[in-house]
Amino acid sequence: MSRLPTLLALAGLLAAAAVLGLAFGSAESPTREIVLEIRLPRVVLGMLVGAGLATAGALLQALLQNPLADPFLLGISGGAALGGVAAVALGGGALLGLSVPALAFAGALGATALLYAIAAAGGRAPAHSLLLTGVVFNAFASSVIVFLTTAVELNRVAGVFLWLIGSIRLVDDAMIACVAALIGLGLGVGLYYAYSLNLLTQGDEAAAHLGVDVPRVRRHVLLATALMIGASVAVSGIVGFVGLIVPHLLRLVVGADHRVLIPASALFGAALVTSADTLARTVLAPTELPVGAFTALIGGPLFLWLLRRELSR
Amino acid sequence: MTAPLLAAQGVCHRFGELAALEDVEAAVAPGELCVVVGPNGAGKTTLLRVLAGLLRPDHGSVRLRGSPLDSLSRREIARSVAVAAQEPSLPFPYTVAEVVGMGRAPFLGPFGRESGADREIVLEALARTGLALLSERRFPTLSSGERQRVILARAFAQTPCVMLLDEPTAHMDLGHRVKTFEDLRAWVAGSPGDRAALVVTHDLILAARYADRMTLLDRGRCVSHGTPREVLDPARIAEVYGVEVSVLDDEEGRPVLVAHRSRIAYTPRPDGSDR
Repeated sequence: MSRLPTLLALAGLLAAAAVLGLAFGSAESPTREIVLEIRLPRVVLGMLVGAGLATAGALLQALLQNPLADPFLLGISGGAALGGVAAVALGGGALLGLSVPALAFAGALGATALLYAIAAAGGRAPAHSLLLTGVVFNAFASSVIVFLTTAVELNRVAGVFLWLIGSIRLVDDAMIACVAALIGLGLGVGLYYAYSLNLLTQGDEAAAHLGVDVPRVRRHVLLATALMIGASVAVSGIVGFVGLIVPHLLRLVVGADHRVLIPASALFGAALVTSADTLARTVLAPTELPVGAFTALIGGPLFLWLLRRELSR
Repeated sequence: MTAPLLAAQGVCHRFGELAALEDVEAAVAPGELCVVVGPNGAGKTTLLRVLAGLLRPDHGSVRLRGSPLDSLSRREIARSVAVAAQEPSLPFPYTVAEVVGMGRAPFLGPFGRESGADREIVLEALARTGLALLSERRFPTLSSGERQRVILARAFAQTPCVMLLDEPTAHMDLGHRVKTFEDLRAWVAGSPGDRAALVVTHDLILAARYADRMTLLDRGRCVSHGTPREVLDPARIAEVYGVEVSVLDDEEGRPVLVAHRSRIAYTPRPDGSDR
């Protein structure tokens, strides 16, 4: 399928998701203020988080040469969450402070480095060692998070946990701008290296034979991935499976060329999380469900199906 | 001999305690099809990786048209040297045309936009390897022999002056093996007269028939070097491979290797070898 019509169709899908996100919510006859000051930032954040996680997933899958990679399953989101909670617990500052994205980024980067050191030392990483490292790191991060929350004032613990299971929080405009800048930067780096990533999926050695400076591409793309995951987690906690589902579904439609797959993942990821967040706000209104619960509802079974297919190969 | 396109001199490399290469020389000159043979673990693939600049040897140097490989970027090397290695199975659903198109990578800008000329070259590489009808198939759905042809086509699409091929015919049927060696012969002989290929293979029979020069490696050392007839001395082959062979002539006077019986015994000898 040619790239432009596909990308335009996905942009249309995203526009529709945004309009629905603005039109529906807990208020039945929303005022202009509700739409502009509550729903609009939510929709914008949903788009950013979705684009960031889906793009990060596509980049990780190429880097690890493994289509089962996902920021959540590999523990990178967990590392970011650990950083975020540490910022709240140790800094004592508001959850909105810029120390949260900074430490979330540090956590994401640390988890990625660990993943590399343990599971992917030789370039190509077998699915089981990646997933095992992710499971163990997630368990470790959760324990540390529990430990850290004992340092958080009691009346804010519930907020921290709601954030952890993946819910988009309303933040001020400066924070939205910061998240947009980080995710935009990561997306830019991903697009710049899109063709090199095609070559990298052929294996580190094959990519080097085709003229790719593998260590440099790997370093830059990993940084971009950690930036996007850190920024996403800072405002939405752990929204799982987006990075897995989106590139997978899109590969069935647009193929494996990252020059199309990366922009398509950003658009489709944005549409998916925006829609999931609209559902999370409306199905049980006025009670709000965490958006992470919705993505996991679709992503969990899909992942198991993919895993079974992968293992039977 | 004309100046070699790619030459390794005095190459030594160790993996921990294991000496993978000890003072090995290898060179390919324009118009030459050079074959490297040797038993399992002889250091053939290591030599290929050294020649491709992927492995920096402990000692010795590799020069591409006189320039040390160390002084060239990966991209500069890739514009002259194409490598077809033993590929792992790839989990991503690229089409055959996309994989072959990756051969153009060293000539493209950062966003990988191909020109009309690039697409022409890819189509030609597909046609040359008989893959034109498979070009829209997904690479992971191919048989291993077909995959090897795709990787070979990618190397052709790279329009290199030197091709380094690691067991390019290992999974192919007899017809495609012979065809691949014939095509490589035709390619090195073709214009503009500055092409050479170095092939690592276990297929001594085809190597004897198609190689201009042959290098025999054993346990990291270059045991013999010369024309196939010089290298394929029955006593030497018996010593290195542990198999009794005869070398006959075909109707065109080319050497034909016939294997009779193995001398390999899986009982340890005092020196630890099995032959």
